Amino acid sequence: MSNTITFMIDGVEIEGKPGQTIMQAADEAGIYIPRLCAFKGLSPYGACRVCTVMVNGRPQAACTQPVAPGTVVENDTERLQHLRGNIVEMMFVEGNHYCMFCEKSGNCELQAMAYRFGIAAPKYPYLFPERDVDASHPDILIDRNRCILCGRCIRASSDLDGKNVFQFVGRGKDKQIAVNAEARLADTDIDVTDQAVSSCPVGAILKKRVGYAVPIGERLYDHKPIGSDIEAARTAGS
Amino acid sequence: MAKPKVATTSLCGCFGCHMSLLDIDDRILKLVELIEFHKSPINDIKKFTARCAIGLIEGGCCNDENVHVLQDFRKNCDILISVGDCAIMGGIPAMRNTIPLKECLEEAYLNGPTVYNPSGQIPNDPEIPLLLKQVYPCNEVVKIDYHLPGCPPPADTIWEALVALLTDKPVDLPYELIKYD
Ligand code: SF4
Ligand code: FES
Repeated sequence: MSNTITFMIDGVEIEGKPGQTIMQAADEAGIYIPRLCAFKGLSPYGACRVCTVMVNGRPQAACTQPVAPGTVVENDTERLQHLRGNIVEMMFVEGNHYCMFCEKSGNCELQAMAYRFGIAAPKYPYLFPERDVDASHPDILIDRNRCILCGRCIRASSDLDGKNVFQFVGRGKDKQIAVNAEARLADTDIDVTDQAVSSCPVGAILKKRVGYAVPIGERLYDHKPIGSDIEAARTAGS
Repeated sequence: MAKPKVATTSLCGCFGCHMSLLDIDDRILKLVELIEFHKSPINDIKKFTARCAIGLIEGGCCNDENVHVLQDFRKNCDILISVGDCAIMGGIPAMRNTIPLKECLEEAYLNGPTVYNPSGQIPNDPEIPLLLKQVYPCNEVVKIDYHLPGCPPPADTIWEALVALLTDKPVDLPYELIKYD
């Protein structure tokens, strides 16, 4: 059919639709491309670069790059996995990620990505930046120590919740997630049921009074690597 | 042939990682068939008198004594392993890294809500190891050969890694044994 776009990922022929990104087409084909800032239902953003693939030999973000006929995409290569792992390691040393007491541990996408890449410890020096916590809201807290600047909360708030609660401020190492109010999250119109709250991949935006709700061993990524659900579709489907 | 020697130490840690090592349960009997414990809080041997095959490091470096012990381990062990999140990234003690040392000491000894200290002194006896400006991950002080994350790492993680090293196999731990919490 003229409505399909045929291209290759790691030597496998993939059929995409016009307007799809490489990541969307790969998902449908049961091929997992690692990602952190991409999130179903949100517009592509291209912030984290964990989804970097080689498109005709050039690095591109799979979450923003549209499918094109005849392109040759490399995804699961040793070099790319190594580079992606390095990005994840940098995220760990650039923030303050104390997994041992984080309520998100076991369900955290950053941590799960490190597990998937088999990272025992980052090889870079830890920066221990000074970041603050905003616990002003009665039901929600922001812990900027854990924020990886993926922008998911920003997009979820504007695209899904029809609000504009979050924005980035600052540049480079000073960039941080801020709220659209004089100072505090409590002064915004955010609600605990907003998608912006549940869209955070790490423990930077948390619902209060949830705590360690799921026991160790039963959490999302305790036994299966992140992306297994997408890959399972492939083995089951074809 | 003499059994390879293993040394262990707890630097700026809580002994939880040593507890996890003991948590290998009856495999400890197999372990003592494979190795001999050298300098370690387990047997209270205080000084290196022989070369060790493996050194297990719990905790990061928060004071000058930690640094000296860690350097001593590097000198006397063929393989050094950072065991646990504190050795790897400083762990809970590293939470002070974003607070100036003076403020930490004043909070602990002068201003904290439960402090009783009528003399208003902050301990500074020369016998007490000097605190460093921040807590350092071990691999920022000496070269570390292997990292076993976790708080603490599961007993199985420590066991599998030790057995692999002692039997000359690659340390290739399954997904379930590399966890950060
Ligand atoms: S707070 Fe969470 S969702 Fe928002 S940018 Fe940071 S990591 Fe992403
Ligand atoms: S998932 Fe593509 S750049 Fe983040």
